[in-house]
Amino acid sequence: MKYKHNINSEISITYIVTKKKLTLVAALGVTIGIAIYIFMNSLMAGFDRKSNETVFKNSPHIRVYKDDETSLPLLHTDSNKLAVIINPKVVPESDKIVNPDQIVNMLRQQKDVTIVTPQVAVSVFYNNGRSQITGNASGVRIDEADKMFDIRSLMVEGKMEDLKTTPNGILLGVGVADKMSVKPGDNISITSSKNVTKVMKVVGLFQTNNSNIDKTKSYINIAAAQQLLIEGPSYVSDINIDVINFDKAPDYSQKFSSLTGYKAEDWKAANETLVAASTMRRVIITAVSLSILLVAGFGIYNILNMTISQKINEIAILKAMGFRGKDVVRIFVQQGLIIGFMGVLIGLMVASLLVYRMSKFYVGGDIGYFPIRFEPLIYLRGAAFGMIITLLAGYIPAKKAADVDPVSIFRK
Amino acid sequence: MQRETILQADKIGKYFYDPVKFKVLNEISFNVFRGEFVTLVGKSGSGKSTLLYILSTMDTDYEGSLHIHGEKVTGQKQNYLAAMRNEKIGFVFQFHYLLPEFSCLKNVMIPALRLGKYSRKEIEERAYQKLAMLGLQDQALKQSSKLSGGQQQRVAIARALINDPLIIMGDEPTGNLDSKNTQNVFDTFKQLAHEFNQTIVAVTHDNDFAANSDRTIEMQDGAIISMDKQF
Repeated sequence: MKYKHNINSEISITYIVTKKKLTLVAALGVTIGIAIYIFMNSLMAGFDRKSNETVFKNSPHIRVYKDDETSLPLLHTDSNKLAVIINPKVVPESDKIVNPDQIVNMLRQQKDVTIVTPQVAVSVFYNNGRSQITGNASGVRIDEADKMFDIRSLMVEGKMEDLKTTPNGILLGVGVADKMSVKPGDNISITSSKNVTKVMKVVGLFQTNNSNIDKTKSYINIAAAQQLLIEGPSYVSDINIDVINFDKAPDYSQKFSSLTGYKAEDWKAANETLVAASTMRRVIITAVSLSILLVAGFGIYNILNMTISQKINEIAILKAMGFRGKDVVRIFVQQGLIIGFMGVLIGLMVASLLVYRMSKFYVGGDIGYFPIRFEPLIYLRGAAFGMIITLLAGYIPAKKAADVDPVSIFRK
Repeated sequence: MQRETILQADKIGKYFYDPVKFKVLNEISFNVFRGEFVTLVGKSGSGKSTLLYILSTMDTDYEGSLHIHGEKVTGQKQNYLAAMRNEKIGFVFQFHYLLPEFSCLKNVMIPALRLGKYSRKEIEERAYQKLAMLGLQDQALKQSSKLSGGQQQRVAIARALINDPLIIMGDEPTGNLDSKNTQNVFDTFKQLAHEFNQTIVAVTHDNDFAANSDRTIEMQDGAIISMDKQF
């Protein structure tokens, strides 16, 4: 063969051009399928991101702490002595991490670890006159904690940096401040579980948009927290760790656990309900959006099937004139792919429009604007799925056309 | 004069299985020479069309063997047969089977574009020539569905000729035509055979058509009863 004329494409394009209406209808099916697929998956990605953001405003990727230990119910001794059976109970040991500086330094040297910061968690009462609310004060090194939880972005009143210059300063959640009716500059007294009461100066208010946290949480200097627990400057209750990819946190927690000898808990284990909800959402949305794509595929399948039934005589003559089975497959698969490609292209545009419109939709409450944005990966996946389904929907009828026996057509 | 054998059928037999096993062709053997205009005649059910489709290589389910231009085609793969049909065999049927979306010119060009022996420009020129030879040069750019039945059949013949095939096979090529157009087609076939040394094998019901061909093979009940029927 000296010249390669692309007669197969010529035929399939002619079939498309002469059947504009049918082509458009089939393409529209793909458009809707792709648009809904991308839109729903973007929606899901947005939800997941929002939910993760909320989690990471308050918890680190991995938390290292001393777990409660339960006493052994049976003390083993020599076989000729009596065994002692004891009621199992939590061993009353302190939740102190021994030699925290060394552990912090060791963790900092680990691969993929971005931030390591010690924390002293204190259960407290916030007192103002007769009103008293329970809550948690986190004793932190505020600079490091800011890197981890981005506290600065949560500040609504006062300045986060003032905590560094005020040893007895406190950053209050807006919910707490509201109930105690205090504002930056006021004093409040807090009482710890060890019955130590300290007067603290409110230096700022923060808002996480999670009302549970806003109503209970406060940040204080780590030294103040140690004093509240009557502990020395080496006392640390938790070590918070952030890693590069939070999705992989469970992979590290095991390793850190054996490395430090303390319990390392990743955020997924700490927030099982959230993770389960996200998985459920993923299953539902994937099932629904893929079925819609599948329906679009049936549209193309139908149209090609119809075209092939109408053109069965032409297929027979093409085969008689020397077109091979794979030429016939190419003609119709190409037709399907062109329809699919047009559908995908318009679908991407429609999806962008939907996502853009939705991102301007104000929900209010803790959410604010609808948590949706352009996700290039989802666009790519949507387009790829669209083309794969089109390919399949085109191939099945095309194969049927290729297997047409021309003799049986001519002899009719 | 030693004549070149173009088509050689050797003991070709074929069965139909539906509704019951039935032998349609019984040990058919004959040769067709280059430049010969052969017609196959016989009553309905005599097996002449069945034989033609076996000779055309489209039907591969038969016994015996078939040689075209010295090559054995029996048992060859579909792709090989498709390429062979593309290059060496032209088809004319009772119905024209043109692609209605394309112009006449494009319809004629399609087999040549498939073959790829010439550039697109050369193919277009050759297609014009073939259409001109059949008196259709003015219709070349019209859509094929806009032509009359006789014109469409002539376009189909031009399409069969585009690759200068060794053999042109016709299944009732004049079956749908009036006497004027039939004469036209007949003259064209005669010209192709005698001037261009191409071989014609056509099944026909038309006794005049058959009578004027070089040779007529008459079939009855799946067997050849006469190799050179006289009218």
